[in-house]
Amino acid sequence: MSATDRARVAFPPNWPARIGLAALALYAIYAAQILDITWARFVAGFGHGGQFLSRMFPPNVAADKLDLLYHGMAESLQIAVLSTAFGIALSLPLGLAAARNLAPAPVAWTARTLVALFRSFHPVIVAILFVKAVGFGALAGILALIVASMGFVSKLLAEAVEEMSMKQVEAVRATGASFLSVVVMGVLPQVMPRFIGFCAYQLDSNLRNSALVGLVGGGGIGATLFTAFQRFDYDFVLTIVLAIIAAVMAGEIVSGLMRRMFQ
Amino acid sequence: MSAAAEAKPLRTWQRFTPAERVIRSVFYLIALIAIVWSVQTIEIIPEFLYDAPQQTADLFARMWPIDWAWYPKVVHEALVETLHIATLGTILAVALASLVALMVARNITHSIVLNSIGRFILVATRSVHAMVWALFFVAVFGPGALAGTLAIAVHSIGFTGKFLSEAIEEAKPGPIEALVAAGASPLAVLIKGIWPQVKPAFLAISMFRWDINVRESAVLGLVGGGGLGMALDTALSNLYWDQAGLVLLVIFVVVILTEIATSFVRSRII
Repeated sequence: MSATDRARVAFPPNWPARIGLAALALYAIYAAQILDITWARFVAGFGHGGQFLSRMFPPNVAADKLDLLYHGMAESLQIAVLSTAFGIALSLPLGLAAARNLAPAPVAWTARTLVALFRSFHPVIVAILFVKAVGFGALAGILALIVASMGFVSKLLAEAVEEMSMKQVEAVRATGASFLSVVVMGVLPQVMPRFIGFCAYQLDSNLRNSALVGLVGGGGIGATLFTAFQRFDYDFVLTIVLAIIAAVMAGEIVSGLMRRMFQ
Repeated sequence: MSAAAEAKPLRTWQRFTPAERVIRSVFYLIALIAIVWSVQTIEIIPEFLYDAPQQTADLFARMWPIDWAWYPKVVHEALVETLHIATLGTILAVALASLVALMVARNITHSIVLNSIGRFILVATRSVHAMVWALFFVAVFGPGALAGTLAIAVHSIGFTGKFLSEAIEEAKPGPIEALVAAGASPLAVLIKGIWPQVKPAFLAISMFRWDINVRESAVLGLVGGGGLGMALDTALSNLYWDQAGLVLLVIFVVVILTEIATSFVRSRII
């Protein structure tokens, strides 16, 4: 094949991509076998699925159930509000301490390690530990989500502070300002819009996760959901899930409004 | 000079317009009310709090020394299962999300009805957490890795599809129009016109989601979705905290390693 011939092929076959795709397909088959995922189980599952769905419809809206739903949702909302408020309040100092251009190196590295530790555990696992420490109920959920919020907001705040312009900080320092004044006058005005954005996202995320910590004893709608599942109240399960979806969508709208308002 | 200064009314500078200040005050007020309402009405059982320090100390005392012998017996297999669940779930999710993303992207599908249906799928799959999906799939398919994999796959559709559809919508129309003008079939337009433009975003999104899914799949077992969570659940229900400590340590190490791996791949390839 001469050079001119090769040039005539508009789209030459991309062998590395084809081999990669084939390898991916082979892996998928191999993994499915390891995990004991078979077609027969899948088909059997669809039979159950039909039965399951028929038991879910119509959603249960009996008065006593709606009362349970209301209490669960209210508690989830309280968990989300409190964990966001305390999480943000604690993230501010932690995030500033983790910024390498502001804090001395030992402080920054300690704070960064702490943030990495907070971030690497799923809120559910943190909730399990807090359930053991402070008992079942909303407090365990709140503490777990505070840890999750601190991990997320502090990390992004530290990154925002590291990316800011040092000129204003130097200008404030040159006036002989104290560290607190430097932070309030030089740092915060630069990072505030982004910080509020993270907080809005975190409120949204905490609302979602507050439905989750209840599955392991952290209170809120998750607890109601888990109980309904265990009692095979599938029609009430559907009511709860629909309520959660509605709440999460409402939360997304609120956090979107918050972001637009402050930016 | 002084006369001129007196003649002009002193201007006060304000950062926000009155409307903005009103909106902000209302927002702060709402936030304050929400916090006060939550603090006042939340049910916290104070009796549980008295022994919290002892309970916490007890927790760590029971975890130490970690039961290393349990790793080869149960945890290693569970770890491998978790990684397979995360990877297979991500592959499935990316495949399904690509279809939904094409349906949502307004420059590909010129039908508001189809766009809206796709958008609803994205929002609905994302709003229900992977663990809740796992509860569903455990009820349908029985406990095990199948339920976990499907939970990961379905929950990830929303996130992956949202970013993919945004990437597709940002694709430049030039190459697509050129292919259409040359008489290319829709499939050829897709593969040669759109795919090269969205490829970097596609790989970045898939990697990022895989990273998240490793974390998620580690806890799915708590509700019967297989993997490390199943081992953790066993340890917790037997009150073997030294075994639970081992699982937590393994999860921590795996999460750190996947984060290092994905950031390495991201800096090298994408």
